[in-house]
Amino acid sequence: MKDTVAPYTTADGRQIGDVLMDMRGITLRFGGVEAIKDISFDIREGEIRAIIGPNGAGKSSMLNVISGFYNPQDGEVWFRGAKRPPMKPYQVARQGIARTFQNIALFDGMSVLDNIMTGRLTHMKSGLLAQAVWKGRAEREEVENRAVVERIIDFLEIQAIRKTPVGRLPYGLKKRVELARALAAEPKLLLLDEPMAGMNVEEKEDMSRFILDVNDEFGTTIALIEHDMGVVMDLSDRVVVMDYGRKIGDGTPSEVRNNQEVIDAYLGVAHD
Amino acid sequence: MASAASGAAPVSIPHLLARNVAQHGSKAAYREKEFGIWQSWTWSEAAAEIDALALGLLEMGANIGDHIAVSGRNRPALYWAMVAAQKIGCIPVPLYQEAAVEEIAYALEHSGARFAVVGDQEQVDKLTDASTDKITLEHIIYLDGRGLRRYDHNVMTSYADVQERGRASSRKAEMQARTDARTYDDTCVMLYTSGTTGRPKGVVLSNRNVIETSKNSSEFDHLRAGDEVLAYLPMAWVGDFIFSLGQAMWTGFCVNCPESADTMLTDLREIGPTYFFAPPRVFETQLTTVMIRMEDASKIKKRLFDHYMAIARRVGPDLLDGKPVGLMDRIRYGLGNLLIYGPLKNTLGLSRVRVGYTAGEAIGPEIFDFYRSLGINLKQLYGQTEATVFITQQPDGEVRSDTVGVPSPGVELRISDNGEVFYRSSGTFVEYYKNPESTASTKDPEGWVATGDAGFIEESTGHLRIIDRAKDVGKMADGAMFAPKYVENKLKFYPNILEAVVFGAGRDRCTAFINIDLTAVGNWAERNNIAYSSYQELSQHPQVLELVASHVNDVNASIADDPMLAGCQIHRFLVLHKELDADDGEMTRSRKVRRAVVGDKFADLIAALYDGSPEIYTETEVTYEDGRKGAIKATLVICDAVVTARRRMAAE
Repeated sequence: MKDTVAPYTTADGRQIGDVLMDMRGITLRFGGVEAIKDISFDIREGEIRAIIGPNGAGKSSMLNVISGFYNPQDGEVWFRGAKRPPMKPYQVARQGIARTFQNIALFDGMSVLDNIMTGRLTHMKSGLLAQAVWKGRAEREEVENRAVVERIIDFLEIQAIRKTPVGRLPYGLKKRVELARALAAEPKLLLLDEPMAGMNVEEKEDMSRFILDVNDEFGTTIALIEHDMGVVMDLSDRVVVMDYGRKIGDGTPSEVRNNQEVIDAYLGVAHD
Repeated sequence: MASAASGAAPVSIPHLLARNVAQHGSKAAYREKEFGIWQSWTWSEAAAEIDALALGLLEMGANIGDHIAVSGRNRPALYWAMVAAQKIGCIPVPLYQEAAVEEIAYALEHSGARFAVVGDQEQVDKLTDASTDKITLEHIIYLDGRGLRRYDHNVMTSYADVQERGRASSRKAEMQARTDARTYDDTCVMLYTSGTTGRPKGVVLSNRNVIETSKNSSEFDHLRAGDEVLAYLPMAWVGDFIFSLGQAMWTGFCVNCPESADTMLTDLREIGPTYFFAPPRVFETQLTTVMIRMEDASKIKKRLFDHYMAIARRVGPDLLDGKPVGLMDRIRYGLGNLLIYGPLKNTLGLSRVRVGYTAGEAIGPEIFDFYRSLGINLKQLYGQTEATVFITQQPDGEVRSDTVGVPSPGVELRISDNGEVFYRSSGTFVEYYKNPESTASTKDPEGWVATGDAGFIEESTGHLRIIDRAKDVGKMADGAMFAPKYVENKLKFYPNILEAVVFGAGRDRCTAFINIDLTAVGNWAERNNIAYSSYQELSQHPQVLELVASHVNDVNASIADDPMLAGCQIHRFLVLHKELDADDGEMTRSRKVRRAVVGDKFADLIAALYDGSPEIYTETEVTYEDGRKGAIKATLVICDAVVTARRRMAAE
């Protein structure tokens, strides 16, 4: 299933580049349970790649493999043309992969601004002591990082809640703050785990717009898990479909939509 | 402030700008909060930005007399665009940023604008969607390029790029020649009226209109170079044009632009303007928020607040008006200022306000008195686009909630036989663009303009009192005077009532539609353990209906005191299941009810109000923000109100 398409331009004029991340024959087991069975797919630079599938298909596990939270028993992860050895999540983050979580994982007691600032951690180089004294490099770094964060706040239109503690925000805004924090890391690859779960139509439209704008404006490659088929089909360039830990489809939204196996998985057929 | 630096009297806004650069060059002229920091520009820097854009527009082929559309939220760059247009002999035409595509299309076609300077993608999209063969728009200049990367850049350019082109231009002399050629009677700006009836009209204001008005009104309120204003009201509204451009240029004060519409209240607090303007709605919202938060405050705080607010209500307005107040009361007020008023004003962002105005709609006396009792010099003015805002305003020390003040400097007033207010002033507009019939029917050859409002001048004070829109003032079946707005305003003064529409012209009795205020009533419901899941459900809740009925009964009782209007008491009313909305055409963009549209759209409900039915089932079409349509179905309860007998009958 390896495709070797050259870089190309999409119908709406976006540049899709070389393969950024290549998953080769990934298998992940928890004891006797095989969560992911020999799955291969790639994510190309600049594209929006969706992973879909029914509940329990192994989508989140797949995302956790990419983010380094799980190390697969079999298979290889290639990132930017190099094979990635088993890594801790913070090492993966340093490589330029950021993520949001299905269940929002923000610091409730901290302000929106401070939460997003934590996303800059991987970019801070001054030591603990320097940070405590807050002179020279530490101060300069803080100012630079704040400037980056403010641009993101402006981009996601959350100026009005800059100083609000996250715990006081409604769900839809929390999701946006989480996206902001992930963006603050200036990732090469952004992983979104169900960015639109539990949102109403209007919030979904807003979020979709932000995802497209992030991809367009910063050129960030995005891999997302989503349940809302309409959203997935509208947003993504290519879709991987998983069911019971297996890959049952891979291709453009229209290809996937007409794939019999995918239709069966979603509409349901008798399994033996 | 006498004349321009050059010695000649300034005859246009660009001339005023040059004078300000000479006099206050290094002082802050504009500020805008961006990326969490207040960025500022001095008069010299602003002038350089304006020059760059003006030259850029010149290079792009803007001709003398061209209209240049401007649309977006309040940003310094857009104010500069208006001045830049004037520098090269063009006429700025600010448009409402929230206007629907058809409205924009109409304005573009009518004005024949070739260039538009806009804020962001949203505005660009609207202009693009509005394009038809009749529209002459050639090029869009945008400020924020986000999302526009893949648009057709043959027809649009970024603001910065245009300025870049301007900086490289060698046609500075040509620009200066165009600026110098402006006369006092050239057009300064064209503004579209919001149009409670029919198509919007393009009101042409000359340099004379704008500069004379700015000068007179600035002197009236002793505005000065050190003042600060927050520019947050629509740029297409004449008020904003005069406050943020006319008066700012005349006196040289600093214009501050908020970060976004949502942050306006925070930004207000940070800037602490000295000169502040807001429609009653803003003051109402602020007061409602304060009251709701006080309801939730601890008992001690609440009692402290109530105690000192009672003192403020008693002595605050007198102190502000400079009337004699006893020593003990002064001490009590001083203590209150330390404990309550000062911190409260600071929270509201009104600590430094020297002159505050409210206009556009009548403000509730309770709301008005609340702010004045805190020591905020809030005043009322009465005006319209055709008058370059000012017709009457309240001088310091003569402020009351039921009048709109004395004629502004340079304004003559006349009341016609049927009670309509006429004015004539140096601010009187030149004409409606491409509409001589309307011009002729509004402005007579001697320059008197009909306001369309009915009112009278109080003999004892010389203050003007407005009763209602002249065309809305009608007769009921028995010949009694019918003034719906008067009654509606009384209803709207209750925080729970957002909007009211009263019917009764040609009928034997009055009835009303009521819109509840979701914030106020929602909070009340929460405190009273009333469960509801939607606006519609809340609006029809029996206890809510009771609450509204009590307000209507109070209003009836107060109307009964006025022998002229006692017939306007409300006999039956219903609470509407949806908010009246500009998107549905029920209100204008400046949130004034379109009586005729409401009357047509809800004809079934009006019929039910008069035929005695206890409830009515109805289906209403609604338009969502994105333009899609849907329908709301509801059964509305019709309530009877208590009508108070006329007092004079009791006296007989």
